[in-house]
Amino acid sequence: MIGASAGAVDALSVLLPALPAGFPLPVMVVVHVPPDKKSVMAELFRNKCRVDVREAEDKEPLAPGTVYFAPPDYHLLVEPDRRLSLSSEEPVHYSRPAIDVLFESAADAFGPGLVGVLLTGASADGARGLRAIADAGGGALVQDPSEAMVPTMPRAGIAACPTATVVPLTQMAAVLGTLGERS
Amino acid sequence: MSEKTEDIELRLLLDAIFRRYHYDFRGYSVASITRRLRQARDRFGCRTFSQLQDRVLHDPGVLPELLSFLTVQVSELFRDPAYFRAIREQVVPHLRTYPSLKVWVAGCSAGEELYSLAILFREEGLEDRTLFYGTDINPAALKRAEAGVYEIDRMPLFTDNHRLSGGKSSLSDYYTAAYGAAVFDKTLRRRTVFSDHSLVTDAVFAEVHLVSCRNVLIYFDRELQDRAIGLFKDSLVRKGFLGLGAKESLRFSAHADAFTEFARDERIYQKRGAS
Repeated sequence: MIGASAGAVDALSVLLPALPAGFPLPVMVVVHVPPDKKSVMAELFRNKCRVDVREAEDKEPLAPGTVYFAPPDYHLLVEPDRRLSLSSEEPVHYSRPAIDVLFESAADAFGPGLVGVLLTGASADGARGLRAIADAGGGALVQDPSEAMVPTMPRAGIAACPTATVVPLTQMAAVLGTLGERS
Repeated sequence: MSEKTEDIELRLLLDAIFRRYHYDFRGYSVASITRRLRQARDRFGCRTFSQLQDRVLHDPGVLPELLSFLTVQVSELFRDPAYFRAIREQVVPHLRTYPSLKVWVAGCSAGEELYSLAILFREEGLEDRTLFYGTDINPAALKRAEAGVYEIDRMPLFTDNHRLSGGKSSLSDYYTAAYGAAVFDKTLRRRTVFSDHSLVTDAVFAEVHLVSCRNVLIYFDRELQDRAIGLFKDSLVRKGFLGLGAKESLRFSAHADAFTEFARDERIYQKRGAS
């Protein structure tokens, strides 16, 4: 479960290709993208990754080893039966998709079996959601603000969720890899 | 593991709303309705869904406002211009062959989608032979749809959308600006019936040539999606058209075989000839 905004593409270019082939967990990603653009995120990363990368579809069951991007102009949520669902509700922090919406719904659906990752970005989106993940017993990782392209979002995440682990991007890739091994 | 307390309370709240007021949200997607009910809970100053249930059962005045949380009402005129362009360029030529037409905008909310189609049909010269039905379960939204009044600061977006959809005139031809609001020409709804109708509990009410139902099905679970799509199927004439939201499809539907993909990218389907 990853949220990122400004600088997201560079950060994800470090993180997602580091996921090993056969990675056993689903990965959901919200990147703030303009609403009127055709989604390019999934296409951008498809050829760079050893796992499946696609844009999320409504009511699609989560599959292991797959990265799901939220489509532009829709919020992405996880249902308690672990299907994905989309929503056109109001933007949150001026953003649709919003990281908080994904993280909060995923915290409900997964409880402790979930890790939230908050990366670079110029917004407070994701902070509340990261807190919800931690409160539900899940893991919270924040990109080290000192190396983030835009540190606003990681800082907001740490402020809202002081128990979050602060990790440089390169180590975060390794951490995610070990999550897969443990599952 | 036993069910979480909040989940129990949520189910009981939705049961209570159904049994007391016959609004049935029990088949709605859980994640999104939980989120919106939490917003409502906070708005009403309640600590739990149980407290909100107490309020809604004993104070009928609470329901209308609660409905505005339960039903998502976010739309634009000509939202996703490519959809309306496809209706204009690909669907309208088929519709022209009928002497009279009926169009159903299901889940019309405050009317943005309906006015978009009414304007489009006027520009294509079909308005005079068309009857539009705009249905929703939220009476406040229907009232707003009937009034056709939108915030003036939404007009630049609506104007851009209209132009991108292939609009043949200026959007400002269809509304009057007054007191910070844009009032849409009432002749646009001369041939429109706004009416209360639930895709969850109500039946087919007319035979129509086009159903436009955008970003409504995503709030339903799969079973309820099937019910709604079944209603559309039964309402449509042979070879009638069904338009969905940009990220909705019939792919997982029990009724997928009853339709063909007509404009794949724009999620416009055509009912098969035989049925």
